[in-house]
Amino acid sequence: MREIQVETIIKTVKDLFIDANYHLGLDVVDEFDRRIQSDESPVAREVLRELKQNVAIASQGEYPICQDTGLAVVFVDIGQDVHVVGGDLKDAINEGVRQGYKEGYLRKSACHPFTRKNTGDNTPAIIHYDIVPGDKIRIVAVPKGGGAENMSRVHMLAPSAGAEGVKDFIVNRMKESGSNPCPPTIVGVGIGGTFERTAILAKRALLRKVGQRNPDPEIAGMEREVLERINKIGIGPMGYGGNTTALDVFIELEPCHIASLPLAVNVQCHASRHKEATI
Amino acid sequence: MANEIRLNTPLTEADVDRLKIGDKVLLSGVIYTGRDAAHKRMIDLLNQGKELPIDVRGQVIYYVGPTPARPGKPIGSAGPTTSYRMDAYAPRLMALGMKGMIGKGNRAPEVIEAMKSNKAVYFGATGGAGAVLAKSIKKAQVVAYEELGPEAIHRLEVEDFPVVVINDTKGNDLYVEGAKKYHQD
Repeated sequence: MREIQVETIIKTVKDLFIDANYHLGLDVVDEFDRRIQSDESPVAREVLRELKQNVAIASQGEYPICQDTGLAVVFVDIGQDVHVVGGDLKDAINEGVRQGYKEGYLRKSACHPFTRKNTGDNTPAIIHYDIVPGDKIRIVAVPKGGGAENMSRVHMLAPSAGAEGVKDFIVNRMKESGSNPCPPTIVGVGIGGTFERTAILAKRALLRKVGQRNPDPEIAGMEREVLERINKIGIGPMGYGGNTTALDVFIELEPCHIASLPLAVNVQCHASRHKEATI
Repeated sequence: MANEIRLNTPLTEADVDRLKIGDKVLLSGVIYTGRDAAHKRMIDLLNQGKELPIDVRGQVIYYVGPTPARPGKPIGSAGPTTSYRMDAYAPRLMALGMKGMIGKGNRAPEVIEAMKSNKAVYFGATGGAGAVLAKSIKKAQVVAYEELGPEAIHRLEVEDFPVVVINDTKGNDLYVEGAKKYHQD
């Protein structure tokens, strides 16, 4: 068993959340550039240039990309030959979040559902654990903003709805979301599994880089088709009109129950923040 | 964009009445922040027949919950939050003379109607451009509900704060018109 100290985990989580909130992935920035070239709407191009400028200012390390620095979603893939020592793994992740949001001057957005009282340190983190082969821990930090998350849906379709029903639901969801989720968005889709599984598939889909297609050619084709349909709606960047409503669509699919066709659409704003480290 | 207009706050009826959807406006002067919790508290006060902590007449309320300011900076990242959550409260504030709102995202028909009847406008700021927008904020001071943290009401002094007119006083909606223009069947 390889031993990993909780201190290492705390520091890794802290650094990842700060990094994610100040440095947007180049895959997203490159897509802004491509869309600045291709969008027909002058207003859309202007908004996209503003987003690029925003990313550049944020990367100097004083102002986060967005004031909504998110709830702290963490994916942890734990190698089965790892032994975490020196404390509790879950406590360590939350401590990393606590320190990162404090030291990084990030907004604390976690609150009680009814009283709305802020927890004060952006904990608890939303942690998804997976046990994998090997002797390493992979940690992915995903600060998830509320505006786009609010536009997300889980829907249990009748199996007769089929692929067409799934595609229609995704496109309609983005149409109804309009300007609310800060378009251009990235759309994470989970198909199959169960009620909860499909939502986690959709969330995990958002960890891909823009342009990275599902390895299954049929699903990849579905991604391209849905992206094209979303960009024909006309909503455009910030909803001011244009051909860039979504930057990409990522679909993950798993087997489901013979009676079910679970579908989750997890909407991500253009500030698609996720950073990972392996320890 | 069609026009670029410089406006100083507080806004008059004439200031807002001439604005059209799609106009780019650069706002200077004082604006106030307020989002979910602050709005709820203000409306609770009005329901109890009490005075608001700020005079909203002619004012612009910016739906924002900024990140904490670093030492030496007036504010942290400060982009708009989604506005529909304030729809339940906004008409009441417009009836008291509020002239502008800054946010992002669609408004309810009754809010758009209230803008027509009270002569007020809804501005959009670029969502997720909190670092760029912070640069236009020169001073920030908490004036009410400090215990709400990022949701406290801040008095902001802004210079050339960039916004776009989403809903004007005539009932027009940039979100509807913009999407119509670029929609492909």
